[in-house]
Amino acid sequence: MHLKNIRLQQFKNYGKAKVQFSKEINCFVGINGSGKTNLLDAIHYLCLTKSAINPQDNFNIRHEDSFFTVFGDFDVEGKEIEIRCIVEAGKKKQLIQNGKAYDKMSEHIGLLPVVMIAPDDTSLIKDGSEERRKFFDNMLCQLDRQYLNSLVRYQHFLKQRNALLKQFADSGKWNSQLIEPYDLEIIKLSKKISEMRKVFIQEYEPLLISHYKTISDDQEQIGIRYDTHCSDADFESVFRSSAKRDYLLKRTNMGIHKDDFIFHIDEYPIKKFGSQGQQKSFVIALKLAQFMIFLSHKQTKPILLLDDIFDKLDDSRISKLMNLVADHQFGQLFITDARPERSKGILGEIDADSRFFMIENGTVTNWNQ
Amino acid sequence: MNFPSKLIEDAVNEISRLPGIGKKTALRLVLHLLKQKENVTEDLSQALLALRKDIKYCSKCHNVSDETVCSICKGLKRDKSIICVVEDIPDVLAIENTSQYQGLYHVLGGVISPMQGIGPDELKIESLFERVRIAPDDEKVQEVILALPATMEGDTTAFYITRQLKDLGVKVSTIARGIPVGGELEYTDEVTLGRSILTRVNYSAD
Ligand SMILES: [Zn+2]
Repeated sequence: MHLKNIRLQQFKNYGKAKVQFSKEINCFVGINGSGKTNLLDAIHYLCLTKSAINPQDNFNIRHEDSFFTVFGDFDVEGKEIEIRCIVEAGKKKQLIQNGKAYDKMSEHIGLLPVVMIAPDDTSLIKDGSEERRKFFDNMLCQLDRQYLNSLVRYQHFLKQRNALLKQFADSGKWNSQLIEPYDLEIIKLSKKISEMRKVFIQEYEPLLISHYKTISDDQEQIGIRYDTHCSDADFESVFRSSAKRDYLLKRTNMGIHKDDFIFHIDEYPIKKFGSQGQQKSFVIALKLAQFMIFLSHKQTKPILLLDDIFDKLDDSRISKLMNLVADHQFGQLFITDARPERSKGILGEIDADSRFFMIENGTVTNWNQ
Repeated sequence: MNFPSKLIEDAVNEISRLPGIGKKTALRLVLHLLKQKENVTEDLSQALLALRKDIKYCSKCHNVSDETVCSICKGLKRDKSIICVVEDIPDVLAIENTSQYQGLYHVLGGVISPMQGIGPDELKIESLFERVRIAPDDEKVQEVILALPATMEGDTTAFYITRQLKDLGVKVSTIARGIPVGGELEYTDEVTLGRSILTRVNYSAD
């Protein structure tokens, strides 16, 4: 699949912009703050209905304007798909496919797979478990509609149960008959979702290991351990025996929203023991494995967004990544770089249709010096 | 919108507070009323005032009613052994319009949703159990049909009610959910289709 063009209006620092893309390599060059990454983010919007950077839609409207639009034409295995995303302050976000508005944003997820690599962003490793759950949930939701439906239900029941726990605490009274329907749903969905996560990790881990080897010179053994109680045989009784704690803390303490995915390197958690270089390689390997798993499930190459990789990676990792590009492992590629001559030099050696765009203060011009 | 008259502006503002009516439609209605004889507006206002003042809710099923007990609950031909539980008043009208149901109703007035502060106490749930409990022997409730919305809140409410009705020894059923009549399989959403397959029924060739 590939994105043929994009049209922006009042998105972040853009007024109006229209860009025609190559179906192979597209490189956005310009000084920092010119709006290169914003273009990647606009593509992210079209594919996944939201920003990769700021989850608040309103914050992506240009300063002092009241709305933004992002339109784009995709070619998915010969099928033309036009996506329009419209965000207006105080109104519901609209997403329109070939003239028809979606009822639910979630219906769009999975149609246009995208992977974004921002090597500086090691929050996936360093931050709390929520970042990692989001990463894997996001991937599973794009791959499996059943998973998406189950997760939406789970999150809804969890919110309802937590609201109920607050009411119990306020009134000083526990009502087991009233909480029972929520308990049963959360137990049932926790088991189901943890099983799906487990199966997924079995498929994903080998891809991660092989891509880590591709990108790194080191010989360490890496892997993922999926950490959950929800697929244990006694999960139901563990969940129920936590009721008193739930009541005191006014929130649900057991369930898949407490799971974690532990990244390890030579059997130690990479969070604590990995060097900065190892962490960067790990993040890239996570994303490349994501790319490969989308490819194998969807039989189409996801769009790949590479944010600032020439600046943030050392020469050895850059050349390994570029080997994959030269080898035509990827489909359509979008790259940002603050130094035009550098990216021209690196990408010029690759036998592919490369287009360069100069970004200056929210305007885009073709750049082919 | 700018109005030439404060009187028109006030009327438009009031009418556009109704659901589904914007300022433009409200203005059209107001201008229409002005073109009619004065008594048309008087009759309309009278009817609305009387509606608000004199409307009652049935003490048994909580449907709207002109008297303490509604015409359905009093109906001689209605089967008093079956109660159909619905979320709100329009649902009663919808089921009545099918002409397929001869039992009684029970209007909950909503569904359970802790996030919105709606629990069993805010709804007519206890009075449903009470109806089942105190029914005289010749009007004993045999079956309760749950006709609640197919949402997570609808399902939770149905579960909560079912658990407690089971203790009262009454049969509980729920309306079937599936492909709409005249609907194409390929255009049916996957959750509905999946559910229709799981809850399939024996084929009757009659
Ligand atoms: Zn009644």
